[in-house]
Amino acid sequence: MSGRRDRRSRLASRAVQLGFVASVVLAWYLATAYGHINRILLPNPVNVWHELKDVLASGEYLPDLRVTLTELAVAFAISCISGVTIGYIISRSAFLIRVFEPLLAGFYSVPVILFLPLYVLFFGLGPESKIALGTTISFFPIVLNTIAGFGYVDKIFITAARSMGASDIQMFRHVLLPAAFPVILTGLRIGFTVALLSILGSETIASLAGLGHHIVSLAEAMEPARMFAYIAFAVAIAVLLNTVVSGLERRARRT
Amino acid sequence: MSEPHRYGRYLARHPAWVRLAVILALLMLWEIAARFWIDPMFISPPSRVVASLGELFGTEGVPGALRITFGELAVAFAISVAIGLAVGLAVGLSRFGSRSFMPIILLLYGIPQITILPLFILYFGIGPPSKIAFGVTHGIFPIVVTIAAGVQNIKPILMTAAHSMGANRWQIFRWVIFPHMIPTFFAGMRLGMSGVLLGVLLAELYVSSAGIGYFTQMFTQAFDPAKLLGLISVLAAMAIALNEIVRRAEIHFGRWRME
Repeated sequence: MSGRRDRRSRLASRAVQLGFVASVVLAWYLATAYGHINRILLPNPVNVWHELKDVLASGEYLPDLRVTLTELAVAFAISCISGVTIGYIISRSAFLIRVFEPLLAGFYSVPVILFLPLYVLFFGLGPESKIALGTTISFFPIVLNTIAGFGYVDKIFITAARSMGASDIQMFRHVLLPAAFPVILTGLRIGFTVALLSILGSETIASLAGLGHHIVSLAEAMEPARMFAYIAFAVAIAVLLNTVVSGLERRARRT
Repeated sequence: MSEPHRYGRYLARHPAWVRLAVILALLMLWEIAARFWIDPMFISPPSRVVASLGELFGTEGVPGALRITFGELAVAFAISVAIGLAVGLAVGLSRFGSRSFMPIILLLYGIPQITILPLFILYFGIGPPSKIAFGVTHGIFPIVVTIAAGVQNIKPILMTAAHSMGANRWQIFRWVIFPHMIPTFFAGMRLGMSGVLLGVLLAELYVSSAGIGYFTQMFTQAFDPAKLLGLISVLAAMAIALNEIVRRAEIHFGRWRME
């Protein structure tokens, strides 16, 4: 009885969700097709859909997408290697943890986007300043989670392994790493997400190429339908990448 | 016991001194590097940054731009908290509501909002309204999600107990839900504050014809790193202060739950 009622209420929730999305799209269509709304401010959804198909079919997004993904890959690789290494070194001593963890957490609370003008001054408008910003932003969650992962392994496991005569390598491989791994993974996922966001953001603010840059140039060229299409494309790419990374995290956690 | 050993023990018990020493060493490194190795077009030593703060505040428009940014942060934060609280409660207090609308809210939260920043400038212009609106879109979602989750986390036994003792809806809200919400509310405010800071600063930096963005671009193009670093430091100090206020509030008002 309650199972059936539960299912019915779940169906009603789905209906509300679909209805909400449908009514937003419908209102958008009606407002642009029959209302007096400036086309520059809000393009017709049908036009946006055609533009999106055109963008996807022509493949003109490829150069910008390649720039953005390369920046992301380089930034994430640097912050992974440096974050995990530095985090591991700090985590080896309780004293270093007490000195550096509050320091790093304090830096982390500064909006790192403020460094962008500085990086543009140092590295120019090209991909280097985006890589630097993405690295800076993603370094903090990775290093903090690595410290948390390696630094707070239950003492009893370490004592037990030592008393059973584990070597340093065995200790790392069979005690420290399995205990720290899930926490580090979370840090890596957060780092990936913020690196992606900051790279898109810095491309939007000051750059020569990339998806964020393309959206701005379409906005400045007053091509709203194509801009909406590109926004939808960039959002889809970001959601796809984040979903893949979350999936990888869940998978690695299980094994 | 020899002398160095005693110092070592003292420092081991007081890591704050070592932390201070690390910060001082970094500042020193920056000072030396900027003075002797790196082109002064690109970086200024911290001493010169501090010395040029007066000149920075004397630059026409800079104090005004900082004041406007602070105002934008305050207004965006107030709007985010008000709307976030209302929506979070509306969604969180009904099972049906949360089941229906939470997926939509989480979907919107997951969108990289930076991609729609040009739209905000298009709709709201280059003045404060666009920056406030963009700050609100960043601040509102963490507040909604935290408050909705916090309201749902109330132990059912407390609700049942209140019901069975004959509490009406208002009494349940006042004596069960409200006290439980206070820690969640402040946790949401802290997350909302970092969101608002990010949104407002992104929009400020994006608009290069007015406000902070204009000055950062001007100082960059004039290769005036002392003023650029000064402006960034002032903004960073503002951000740290605001974050610290809401963090202290969270610790203060969240205490009763731990006891």
